[in-house]
Amino acid sequence: MAAPQPINVEDLNIYYGDFLAVEGVDMQIRPRSVTALIGPSGCGKSTFLRTLNRMHEVIPGAYAKGRVEINGEDIYDPKIDPVNVRRRVGMVFQKANPFPTMSIRDNVLAGVKLNNRRISRSDADELVERALKGANLWNEVKDRLDKPGMGLSGGQQQRLCIARTIAVKPEVVLMDEPCSALDPISTLAIEDLIHELKEDYTIVIVTHNMQQASRVSDRTGFFNIAGTGKPGRLIEIDDTDTIFTNPTNTQTEDYISGRFG
Amino acid sequence: MSTPTDTSASTSNDMRPTGSSSSSSAHRPRDERRLPWYHLLLTGLAGLLVAVAVLAIADALSVASAILLGFVLHLLFGWGYSLVREGPRWAKDRLMTLLVIGAFAISMFPLLSLLWSVVARGMTRVLAAKPTTLAFWTTDMSGIIGGADAGGVSHAIVGTLLITLWASLISIPVGLFTAIFLVEYADQGWKRTLGRGVTFLVDVMTGIPSIVAGLFGLALFITFMPDQSVRMGIMGAVALSLLMIPTVVRNSEEMLRLVPMDLREAAYALGVPKWLTIVKVVLRTAIAGLTTGITLAIARVIGETAPLLLTVGMVTSVNWNMFDGRMATLPTFINQQYRNGNANCMSDTVTNPVNQEVYACSISTNIDRAWAAAFTLIVIVMILNIIARLISHYFSPKLSR
Repeated sequence: MAAPQPINVEDLNIYYGDFLAVEGVDMQIRPRSVTALIGPSGCGKSTFLRTLNRMHEVIPGAYAKGRVEINGEDIYDPKIDPVNVRRRVGMVFQKANPFPTMSIRDNVLAGVKLNNRRISRSDADELVERALKGANLWNEVKDRLDKPGMGLSGGQQQRLCIARTIAVKPEVVLMDEPCSALDPISTLAIEDLIHELKEDYTIVIVTHNMQQASRVSDRTGFFNIAGTGKPGRLIEIDDTDTIFTNPTNTQTEDYISGRFG
Repeated sequence: MSTPTDTSASTSNDMRPTGSSSSSSAHRPRDERRLPWYHLLLTGLAGLLVAVAVLAIADALSVASAILLGFVLHLLFGWGYSLVREGPRWAKDRLMTLLVIGAFAISMFPLLSLLWSVVARGMTRVLAAKPTTLAFWTTDMSGIIGGADAGGVSHAIVGTLLITLWASLISIPVGLFTAIFLVEYADQGWKRTLGRGVTFLVDVMTGIPSIVAGLFGLALFITFMPDQSVRMGIMGAVALSLLMIPTVVRNSEEMLRLVPMDLREAAYALGVPKWLTIVKVVLRTAIAGLTTGITLAIARVIGETAPLLLTVGMVTSVNWNMFDGRMATLPTFINQQYRNGNANCMSDTVTNPVNQEVYACSISTNIDRAWAAAFTLIVIVMILNIIARLISHYFSPKLSR
């Protein structure tokens, strides 16, 4: 992989139809590190996250304006195919969503098989093993790779989804509250995994859990919203330690210390 | 009305000692006041007996009237008995239970009696077909005249299967693609407006009477054909597809909407283009429901008579060509045989004018053939259903470990 470049977001405005949901985001996301996005519900963290791989526009009427540079290339350039962006920027969702018609093995290979790409049996075996090992799931499922993916527990399903994401070798992995439906043990497993994944991938994670943000991330961005119907804004982004001990903005301090609202 | 009183005496010891004083029931579980279900058999029996007695006196006794009046009396007796023995709350429960069971029985009765008549009369005829068993399914009607106790429906089976197949070949792609457009693409702007228009038209199409669809099929071909009296299998298939498309669209649309948005997003996030997501994720996940919906649509048109009478007509021998000449179908065959009515048996035998074979003459042969053809149609629909069930069984999402 070439020397990783940061993700540059410049003056990004995100809309749902006529409604401006997130306004004027300027942000630099460091490569090979974990960036956490925190903030109250409805402030646009998830919406912002989904613009980083152009998933936002999947929703009818939704679009974004501005620049998002990944590897020096503006992904909102009209010449860019969103499908190619999504191959480079993977995403893990809040609710584990393995494909119900596929086995564990096929779920991991989904990125290859759904794209009609040919892959030899031995390459496929190797890819499955590497992705599942990368997601810390190999030991638990290696004897039942042909069983349905939906048969796993919630935490295992979420790690299967992470395996599926890293199997397509993205540069960036986006995580939208990946632990919000999991118990503390499974959460710990995922957090450990995030620590390992940042060696190879740039990770952006949205979380409601401030302890989680402080545990897993190197940098933290705080989003806030002025009121209902107003657009969300990025208040500040800094090293996680700074955000949690000595934030510049009083809104951030209020939110972190629980004095918010 | 002596039965309820007897049982109340025999069971009063273990059920409810005396009266309904609140002091005695206060320290008991509330459920203890309930009587076992078989008490309802007794009130039912009482109702039936009273009904028979009343009807016998009124000289209007028949099985149907006895069951009907007996059930109404049972409602009354059961409710009253329960009111006395169990209290007003349980009495209401008993009454409603009986009403629900009654509604179930009423709805099942025509279905079971129909199935029974068709299977009993149709299967007998199929098994006892002349000259050999099952000859009914392997021979056609060429040369069968008068009351000849022979002939079969192979020509009508071929016609029904071919016309339904072609109707499906037209309707399933059109219907499925329409449903995919409505669910996956008609989400905003002009597509949304178009989608609403299509939905409205599909709803209107659902209400088209089948005879009108037949007239459309006829008119469409007559407009382009030099011969005004043209009749072809494909005309019937087009007419049937007009009836089938709205059902396919409606059923498929429902099924595609059931596929969670999560799965589409999961595929998009892996860099899968939209069309491949639809083919490999949405259709693949919904395939069980889609096959059920399509089978229902086929079952709806396979028994249509009126459009086929207009467009396909009737023949006595097998015609494999959808684009040339009339074809026989099972529904029209049933209609024709039934309208022929009882045969006129002048002598004991009938001779086939084509191959000079001699058959016995049977007065009821036409009616018998109509029943046997109805049975054949039901068998075909059932086989289609079983195939659809198997498909949905093997392709539906697996949740077990």
